[in-house]
Amino acid sequence: MSTAESTIAFSDPYRLGNRGPNLARGHGGGGPASKRVIVGYGFWLFLLSDIVIFACLFAAYAVLADAIADGPRARDIYDLKRVALETACLLASSFFCGLATIAVARRNQFLTQAALAATGLLGFAFLLLEASEFSGLYALGDGPTRSGFLTGFFTLVGCHGVHVTAGLLWLGTMMAQFFAKGFRPDIRRRFLCFSMFWHFLDIVWVAIFSLVYLVGTRL
Amino acid sequence: MLGKLGWDAIPFDQPIPLVAGAVVMLVLLGVAAWVVIKGWAPYLWKEWITSVDHKHIGVMYILLGLVMLLRGFTDAIMMRSQQVLAFHAQGYLPPEHYDQIFSAHGTLMILFGAMPLVIGLMNFVIPLQLGVRDVAFPTLNSVSFWLTATGALLINISLVVGEFSRVGWLPYPPLSELRYSPSVGVDYYLWAVQISGIGTLLTGVNFVTTILKIRAPGMTYLRMPMFCWTALASCMLIIAAFPVLTATLAMLTLDRYLGFHFFTNEAGGNPMMFVNLIWCWAHPEVYILILPAFGIFSEVVPTFSSKPLFGYRSMVAATLFICVVAFCVWLHHFFTMGAGADVNAVFGIASSIIAVGTGVKMYNWLFTMYGGRIRFATPMLWSLGFMTTFITGGLTGVLLAVPPADFLLHNSMFLVAHFHHVIVGGVIFGVFAGITYWWPKAFGFRLHEGWGKAGFWCALAGFYVTFVPLYITGVLGMTRRLQHYDVAEWRPWIMVAALGVVILIVGAACQVMQIVVSVKHRNELRDTTGDPWDGRSLEWATPSPPPVFNFAVLPQVQGAEAYWDVKQRAREALRLGQEPHYEAIEMPRNSATGFVCAFFATIIGFALIWYIWWLAIVGLVGAYATFVIFAWRDVPEYEIPPDEVARIDRANRGVRQQALLGASA
Repeated sequence: MSTAESTIAFSDPYRLGNRGPNLARGHGGGGPASKRVIVGYGFWLFLLSDIVIFACLFAAYAVLADAIADGPRARDIYDLKRVALETACLLASSFFCGLATIAVARRNQFLTQAALAATGLLGFAFLLLEASEFSGLYALGDGPTRSGFLTGFFTLVGCHGVHVTAGLLWLGTMMAQFFAKGFRPDIRRRFLCFSMFWHFLDIVWVAIFSLVYLVGTRL
Repeated sequence: MLGKLGWDAIPFDQPIPLVAGAVVMLVLLGVAAWVVIKGWAPYLWKEWITSVDHKHIGVMYILLGLVMLLRGFTDAIMMRSQQVLAFHAQGYLPPEHYDQIFSAHGTLMILFGAMPLVIGLMNFVIPLQLGVRDVAFPTLNSVSFWLTATGALLINISLVVGEFSRVGWLPYPPLSELRYSPSVGVDYYLWAVQISGIGTLLTGVNFVTTILKIRAPGMTYLRMPMFCWTALASCMLIIAAFPVLTATLAMLTLDRYLGFHFFTNEAGGNPMMFVNLIWCWAHPEVYILILPAFGIFSEVVPTFSSKPLFGYRSMVAATLFICVVAFCVWLHHFFTMGAGADVNAVFGIASSIIAVGTGVKMYNWLFTMYGGRIRFATPMLWSLGFMTTFITGGLTGVLLAVPPADFLLHNSMFLVAHFHHVIVGGVIFGVFAGITYWWPKAFGFRLHEGWGKAGFWCALAGFYVTFVPLYITGVLGMTRRLQHYDVAEWRPWIMVAALGVVILIVGAACQVMQIVVSVKHRNELRDTTGDPWDGRSLEWATPSPPPVFNFAVLPQVQGAEAYWDVKQRAREALRLGQEPHYEAIEMPRNSATGFVCAFFATIIGFALIWYIWWLAIVGLVGAYATFVIFAWRDVPEYEIPPDEVARIDRANRGVRQQALLGASA
């Protein structure tokens, strides 16, 4: 970070731990925040709303978990080995996303592209694993139309999968932007949002892993 | 190739929607032709359609809301007149058409009438009141507006191509499932509401960020005008509630399109889950509407009483209290579902308690007026009309919140009268107060007082004459949504209600006349000072209409009533504060992103409604390409040079200085 930029970031009245004079003291009198804070904050709010969507799908899954309509139960269809592999892919992908953040901070084009490529490939591997799980269930006739339980399961897990797919599209666009435009402040702000999105998908996955798969194998 | 779409989609056998659709199309084409002939098209494209200025977006929202309000009002007139004719008879609207009308009426009035009006006022006013130049995400703001417009467009397309939903403004399954509603009506509803809902969600994100992160220096949380607080609470509710709508409609969509079993009767689906989920959005939704209206009254009452708002902090607390409790009362919409006495009791008590917050506000407005020098201008009349109307409307709500009473009144005309009582008397009166109040700020001239007052008195009288009889029919056992009936006791009250509608029509005509007359006589009604009502918050510090950057220099806020304090100091000293040092201002460049996105969203929605899959894919690719093109631009802002800023601000200061001297002379 250059000196001028670091001064700007430092004078941001909303940064964590700020207790400077003439600046915000928890009453919000410090004037407009910096663009980076505004963009990050707005995207946090958007992620919160996305979490509400997932909350509804979790609730629907919980309500429908017993509605198996003579179809398979949760423990009949969950394969924890594949789920462990999926989890490993996703967490490793987030690790590389973190590396990309460091590479962006160092303005290193090659490392940025490499770390983002690794992020994307691991995300894609996750999607392939999920697709194999879904197609296996379809092949057995246990698709989402089979029962209320399977409807809830496919929608919740599938919604996460759709988010990962959208994330991959965004990731590709992001890589192209870094390549074509370099490390412009607006592109870096956009990348801040992307990395938040990618980690957010991990958090949702942890919830799916625990509440759907781990609990489900005991049902 | 065209999915389910064919010539049979156009209802040639039904004259009413066809004629209505033809009239709408002719009007639209006429307006478009007029604009092109007059050579206004480039102006319209540059200054409005692609504008990212919050003031212009706000005005467009309000225009959309007013048009949809009239459209929904037409539906209301048809329903009331149908019930006049359909005593021991079939009336003039067959059941399948009548059902579409009441479904469209509710959907339009709440989601495309009231919501755009409220959001439009927030758009126009909030950055001005916060003393800043724009919202957090200006282009996103334009996307939000155009997505809302897309939803409204899809609903109006359903007039002539296919049909609209027949299952009410909330599509309860299993009736709304494919098996019982196989036509495209429910699909029109789903995609129109889904697309506009995304727009509303983005508005919520935008305004919470704006209010919490972008305020003039010195404007602490407890110095924000009350309207900003209520808008903040309302937008927080949007962020928490609209995703529930998105998820719920997505589930119903999956049921209908892919044969899922969320809400079906068979294979383990659970219809009551839909009712729970949808009201988990729809109850907060009414607070999303009413809270900004409360904010408007909290601006209007102090201004026209020439006193600061009484009990500002208690007002903030009451607003946030309502914001939280709004999420704890949804079950009162279906006490009869059978959740059990204990659950019903909890939600019944919560529903009664939420009235306490509103009570606090009522007393605060009353005490604000007490001892004040009240001016009975049109915005103040709407506020007073609201206070009397909303109290009684709220009390009938408390009555409905008592589960045993609700078992008798559930889904009766009593309920219909209740929610019209609070939404018309609360939200709509509030919006009209707001429009009359901020009109001079937006356009530089005041609205005609005579026509405005006539409109107000007709609306107030018409409201009571229409809805008090409906309360009575409800108690007499009349259920809602009846296409015909044969109970003689209801008949006289239905006739009185129809008379009320006539008065409301006169009121609506007065309001339209008010705008026409005011535009015609705008030079006599000109607001040269920028402060026509002797206002107290920062929007009145700007000229009318404000320049694109709002404030030449961000104001330094030093007290609770940011502008009033400055004005009082100037009045005592008989001169303005020192001229500031002007610097260049960076403003966001206009962008067609919102409009183009909405174009593709319309294509996606229409294609999905008619199962034209390839077209939906084309739309998705187009929308993605639009985003990429937006993301690829290199110059997101333009600069206004300091000389230009100084010129505009000096003109404003000159006018104010003259007004000061004029007042003292």
